[in-house]
Amino acid sequence: MKGWKELEIGAITEAGSADSYNTGSWRAFRPRWIEENCIQCLFCWIYCPDSAITVNDGKRGEFDYNHCKGCGICAMECPGKKGKKAIVMEEEGK
Amino acid sequence: MGKRLAVTGNQAIAEAMRQINPDVCAAYPITPSTEVMQRFASFVANGKVDTELVTVESEHSAMSACIGASAAGGRVMTATSSQGLALMWEMLHIASGMRLPVVMTLVNRALSAPINIHGDHSDGMGARDCGWIQLWSENAQEAYDNLIQAIRIAEHDDVRLPAMVCLDGFIISHSIESMEFLSDDLVKEFIGEFKAKNPLLDVNNPVTYGPLVLPDYFMEFKRQQHEAMLNAKDVVLQVAKEFEKVSGRSYGLFEEYRLDDAEIAIVVLNSAAGTFKDVVDEYRDRGIKVGLLKPRLFRPFPYKEVAEALSGAKVIGVLDRADSFGGFGPMYMEIASAMMSNGTNPVMIDRVYGLGGRDFMPEHAAQLIDELKEILDTGKVTLYKDYLGVRE
Repeated sequence: MKGWKELEIGAITEAGSADSYNTGSWRAFRPRWIEENCIQCLFCWIYCPDSAITVNDGKRGEFDYNHCKGCGICAMECPGKKGKKAIVMEEEGK
Repeated sequence: MGKRLAVTGNQAIAEAMRQINPDVCAAYPITPSTEVMQRFASFVANGKVDTELVTVESEHSAMSACIGASAAGGRVMTATSSQGLALMWEMLHIASGMRLPVVMTLVNRALSAPINIHGDHSDGMGARDCGWIQLWSENAQEAYDNLIQAIRIAEHDDVRLPAMVCLDGFIISHSIESMEFLSDDLVKEFIGEFKAKNPLLDVNNPVTYGPLVLPDYFMEFKRQQHEAMLNAKDVVLQVAKEFEKVSGRSYGLFEEYRLDDAEIAIVVLNSAAGTFKDVVDEYRDRGIKVGLLKPRLFRPFPYKEVAEALSGAKVIGVLDRADSFGGFGPMYMEIASAMMSNGTNPVMIDRVYGLGGRDFMPEHAAQLIDELKEILDTGKVTLYKDYLGVRE
């Protein structure tokens, strides 16, 4: 680890460094995506406070489990299809 | 030589700011520093400066805007007093922690309650540990000179810390005195171009300011701040030397007044030092060896140099215009620390004076010298901490 003389002053660091910091282990509940109930509204992508929903070519992809903290906002906001949620929260370790 | 004019302390500061012409100024008015920003706002309105003046809804926002503008890559200044500085408190730490060379004028005023608008040092001393360089000024001339030098000190590559220049509310901020200004060109040349470090507006080199730093690295960044403060001491002297060349006025880490052979030493900040010097002269005329030390640089505190300057004194009276209730005043603690590490062992007493703008009169100075003379002759101290000029 670097000593104080080697560090950039003021803790000013490269942009986007949060990406290399794995916060997924903080999670107590894990979101599960149920693709057949997904209407591709991307509400989950908009609401996710940690940019942990991947989107490719305008389509929702898998969760980024390295950064998802399991807050459950996506599951809460998910309108689902015909009353069936496309995201459900499950306890980790179960 | 520059122009000599009669101005208030606030006017002197506003003029210095006009000459410095910062990129951004964010401020909220508060007595007794209001006149600084009021005058500066008219410079902005009249096109005398290129500054972006951000009028905000509180001092917390003022300092926040200063921090944002400084991180963006601008030269940034502000001014405040008392409750204003108190409201800035959490942001003061952000500015120093991010190593942003924001320069602020602090027109010293008491802190509430009870409410009081007059000069004492509780605001500045309360911000002692916020990581800001502090330069203190006896009069308008020193405040003006310190503010111009503060730009160079704060922005120096070995420092990169915010700095505040303190002057006494009303006593200096609102009194008119004669002082000498440097020419606009000279100030411009002296401060030079601002060189931004890691500016946020450099979109080709994006950076993060204020990341989360946990126990594994936090202490290293704090240790860096201490080092920058230690460096600031040398930079203050270096800048003072250059300033003397252009202004003819010499500055050090502190001012010594008839201290060389003094057995009795007084330590006092800011405007009261002016009053005290006259009384020192009177006692010197009567053959009493008394001298005075007026600190200029309070953060970083020059312990070694102060202790050397005071090493000949047998008794030291330290004056504090701010109190630490249940403890010694902030200046006393610094002087005691300095003398302890120096190994000399003078008798030191602390006298709190002038709170909330209470006048500090020559008779108060005389009363203290008499008491110190009595201690020198008898070796007896009645109270190590006491108050000067308070009614029983």
